[in-house]
Amino acid sequence: MFGISILIYGIASYNRHKENPSDKLIPTAGQMAESFRKAIFQPVITEEYDEEGELIVTDQPRTLKEAYKAGRLKEMLKNGEWQLWKDTKASGYRVLIAVLFIFIGILLGLYMGMFPYLEKLLYRFVLFFDKIPALAILPILFIIFGLGETAKIALIVIGVAPTLILDTYLRVKEIPKEQITKGQTLNASTHEIIYKIVFPQIFPKILDTFRLNFKAIILFLIAGEALAAEAGLGYRIFVVRRYMDMATIIPYVIWISLFAFFIDYLLRRWIDKRFKWLENN
Amino acid sequence: MSPYIISLKNASQQYDGRVILDGINIQIRKGEFVTVVGPTGCGKSTTLRLILGAELPSHGEVTINGETLDRPNRDRGIVFQKYSLFPHKTVRENVMFGLELELFNLFDPIMRTRKWMQKRKEFRREADIYLERVRLIEHADKYPNQLSGGQKQRAAIAQAMIMKPQVLLMDEPFGALDEGTREEMQVFTLEQWKETQQTVLFVTHSLEEAIFMGTRLIVISQYYKHENGQEGAKIVKDVEIPWPHPRSTKIKNMTAFKDLMEAIRYEGLNPLHLQNIGNFDLSHKDSIRDLV
Repeated sequence: MFGISILIYGIASYNRHKENPSDKLIPTAGQMAESFRKAIFQPVITEEYDEEGELIVTDQPRTLKEAYKAGRLKEMLKNGEWQLWKDTKASGYRVLIAVLFIFIGILLGLYMGMFPYLEKLLYRFVLFFDKIPALAILPILFIIFGLGETAKIALIVIGVAPTLILDTYLRVKEIPKEQITKGQTLNASTHEIIYKIVFPQIFPKILDTFRLNFKAIILFLIAGEALAAEAGLGYRIFVVRRYMDMATIIPYVIWISLFAFFIDYLLRRWIDKRFKWLENN
Repeated sequence: MSPYIISLKNASQQYDGRVILDGINIQIRKGEFVTVVGPTGCGKSTTLRLILGAELPSHGEVTINGETLDRPNRDRGIVFQKYSLFPHKTVRENVMFGLELELFNLFDPIMRTRKWMQKRKEFRREADIYLERVRLIEHADKYPNQLSGGQKQRAAIAQAMIMKPQVLLMDEPFGALDEGTREEMQVFTLEQWKETQQTVLFVTHSLEEAIFMGTRLIVISQYYKHENGQEGAKIVKDVEIPWPHPRSTKIKNMTAFKDLMEAIRYEGLNPLHLQNIGNFDLSHKDSIRDLV
């Protein structure tokens, strides 16, 4: 299937370039490779001008090789001076913080399922909250939190956390009552019941839900970045859209997809390896 | 005579105004194997849950060694029909789990202190003794869902017994097993009981099983004459089972055994035959006749 779609693309690209060599809509593989190479290997050059408006030529390295020779590779990587690296880092950071908050949400779901008074207090609220389309409140977020990181992270969290809270809650409810009584007869305290009996049983299932929702995380990330950002994978593809720079957009889309796929793959492998007891269920 | 362990005094239970159990009086001595039978929905599982402490009676009192219960604890072990084992732990971990909880703290397992490793080794050894006893030692590293029904219940018995509870409660433990395995497990459980002198309260819906296993049989039923329209199940029969332990499974085919079964079925489990409260056969020496 992959082969066929690449082939069709190749033919379309070839035909269009035969008629118009400067066609931008369907870039050739070579063009994409070139722009991707630039994104990876060329540092984002901060241009400085002197008083007369003349470009100051700095000794800033222009390729990975130069940077390595100048002994500044590590430092430059750290400061995110390569476009792709910089974008990935900015986006990754946002996803990471959002995921942290989402995991706090999972704990909330866990407690909601275990304690009836928390359930009474929060269940309906979360159920309603879950129905609010997160994108619709994006303007509100931008107004409240400004255009900075907070709004973008909040968008991801608000978009995905309710689903995971509810999923966790339902999973807790699925645990047979017998298991909890059994725990009590083994002298387990409430916290031991939560963290040694209930949570380990639902955790792999929650991770699966998280996997399925990772797509939504990326979606909200790109939506947030598209509107206001200085760097980020979503930001980049929306910026270069203005120049119809398909040669950059397509590799970026592929990169984002690979990124999501890779995380999904790692999680899947880890779940299979870590939770052997699930196998015969 | 051994002392009383469990005592229910005039215990009643109702849900939303519907009376399930009405004035249950039971006293059980240490070391007995008490079986409880009754028609579906009579509240035999509720009785068990009262003794477990998972439910509190709406009237009356439930005490273990004179202490009122508020929640389940390690004094009363339980084997359920299903879900007794934790699916995310191996058989050995399941059996060790209760011991581990005894001295659980956050610090030791994370730091893997020598004291903790030592303790864990001890627990492992003790768990293996129990696994050996229930003949599961070669399955110790399997997960519960890799075991057969009978093996699961044996593991659950070991898991409950390792805590050395004062009373072992069993709630239809063999209800999900096929006939052959069921009989095997009955003999097995009696062996364990003989060996450990454990007090057992065994709830079942199989009359045959109840008579075969128990030293004392309690029948709880809602089928009796209600004079003032009062409902709710009562103890309609409380007798000693005459055959001495160990029993051979052959006694199930004896005429006397079958006669007893028929008699109980007629008196206690037949909705068309309603006894007067005064006629209940409460001939066991520990039973309390309540003449309300």
